[in-house]
Amino acid sequence: MAGRVEGKVAFITGAARSQGRSHAVRLAQEGADIIAVDIAGPVESIQMYPPATEEDLAETVRQVEALDRRIVATKADVRDTAALKAAVDEGVAQLGRLDIVLGNAGVFEIQPALELTDDAWREMIDINLTGVWNTCKVALPHLIEGGRGGAIVLTSSTAGLKGTPNTIHYTAAKHGVVGIMRTLANEFAAHSIRVNSVHPTGVDTVMIQNQKTWGLFAPDDPAPSREKAAPIFESTNALPVPWVEPIDISNAILFLVSDEARYITGVTLPVDAGYTVK
Amino acid sequence: MGKLEGKVAFITGAARGQGRSHAVRLAQEGADIIALDLCSQLETVAYPMATPEDLAETARQVEALDRRIVTSQADVRDASAMQAALDAGVAELGRVDIVLANAGIAQQGGPEPDTYKTWDEVIGVNLTGVYNTVHVAAPRMIEQGDGGAIVLTSSTQGLTGRGGDGSGATSGYAAAKHGVVGLMRSFAHWLAPHNIRVNSVHPTGVSTPMVLNEVIGKWIGANPDAAAMLANLMPVEIIEAVDISNAIAFLVSDEGRYVTGVTLPVDAGFTVK
Repeated sequence: MAGRVEGKVAFITGAARSQGRSHAVRLAQEGADIIAVDIAGPVESIQMYPPATEEDLAETVRQVEALDRRIVATKADVRDTAALKAAVDEGVAQLGRLDIVLGNAGVFEIQPALELTDDAWREMIDINLTGVWNTCKVALPHLIEGGRGGAIVLTSSTAGLKGTPNTIHYTAAKHGVVGIMRTLANEFAAHSIRVNSVHPTGVDTVMIQNQKTWGLFAPDDPAPSREKAAPIFESTNALPVPWVEPIDISNAILFLVSDEARYITGVTLPVDAGYTVK
Repeated sequence: MGKLEGKVAFITGAARGQGRSHAVRLAQEGADIIALDLCSQLETVAYPMATPEDLAETARQVEALDRRIVTSQADVRDASAMQAALDAGVAELGRVDIVLANAGIAQQGGPEPDTYKTWDEVIGVNLTGVYNTVHVAAPRMIEQGDGGAIVLTSSTQGLTGRGGDGSGATSGYAAAKHGVVGLMRSFAHWLAPHNIRVNSVHPTGVSTPMVLNEVIGKWIGANPDAAAMLANLMPVEIIEAVDISNAIAFLVSDEGRYVTGVTLPVDAGFTVK
């Protein structure tokens, strides 16, 4: 049976590990070739979890190739439009087309609003908001030129729909992603290019599974842990689960970019165990 | 193996249109079906409504896929008749895992000699009927103890009031479909501890007898402003029933296992326009 995105090419940012890798593998399982980028290195103001590495990106390559799909992977920073453009141009040159764009790259840091430095604010906005726009900007000409329409999914967050303390820069950026999504949905609908956003609750990756995040959920505990944080995470969701898995976001994205969703555009899709409805 | 192998879905308004498409799509994924439809005409609805023959055709199409189906004729406003229909289906098929509250009417463009009667009937079918549908099935799902998924069919008119003209038909339709969102959110809270997910879908115009009929055609023709306002963002005039069925198949499958409390437009960009 043909895959649900057979013969398509997907450009994925933040593809070295976690959600981005999961998306690359899931789409490859359904027949897509992949153009992968990742910064694969540290970001100055993000200290609470270790950065993705070049080895991580190589592992994504290995997993996609193990599925007999092609992948063109580049170490590139979403803040660097020229590098991003070179990466997608090279990917399209090698793989022949572009159909799907996943603006997934993002960082997370916890900081009380009034303790946030100007530099930390700027870095977050540059990566999680401007980086998403840069991704769309370098990819859209290829989608238009292809003349076959296309599907863009931008990874926002429950923090793109609701406010929470200690995440002013992250929440502002993730709300801004919704603005990018809605604007592009309108501006490129005539080309049959669909644009949607997904809004995960906590996903079981290093971005939430770290000492500082566990500590935020249990401020009085001197030795916070995944196990101790779980019931507190769970209390924020409506469904009785503490967090979701990367594959759950990948499955929602696969649906959105497939022909099954050929008339879905301009939609904010929470995959959040009922976090936003709670 | 289908995504819904071994599951049983209770679907209202299943005689034709979107409801039949959902029954067939879910059956393709392995589900058995409990199908319900009024199969007769309502006084305030000007276009011809579904018939017993339509419901029989849905049964034929599901059975052609080697799935089982139990059909009943009942009014979604009549909770005890609905309970009897659900119970008969469960008695034969063993369980219920999925509920699709799909039955609905649209009176736009029809004669409206008594606006209050028009209002009452659309609120009764499109809102109270949804409440009844979930209430007759949810206790059984809770008792089974292994979760489930409910999708309520709202509309773009559940998210906007575009085209409203003060008639009982447009006001009632928008009020009922907005009300469905309230039910969805409230039910999502009620049922989340039982791992039962509740979401709503919001179609733009779909190619079915409820939309493609003489009454709606004349109404659109006579109201070019409304027609322009009701145009989609994407270059497509009308979408197909299977597009809604595909969205529902995603929502009720394990691929959507952590999606609940969500309003999902399938509307070619209508609401974002």
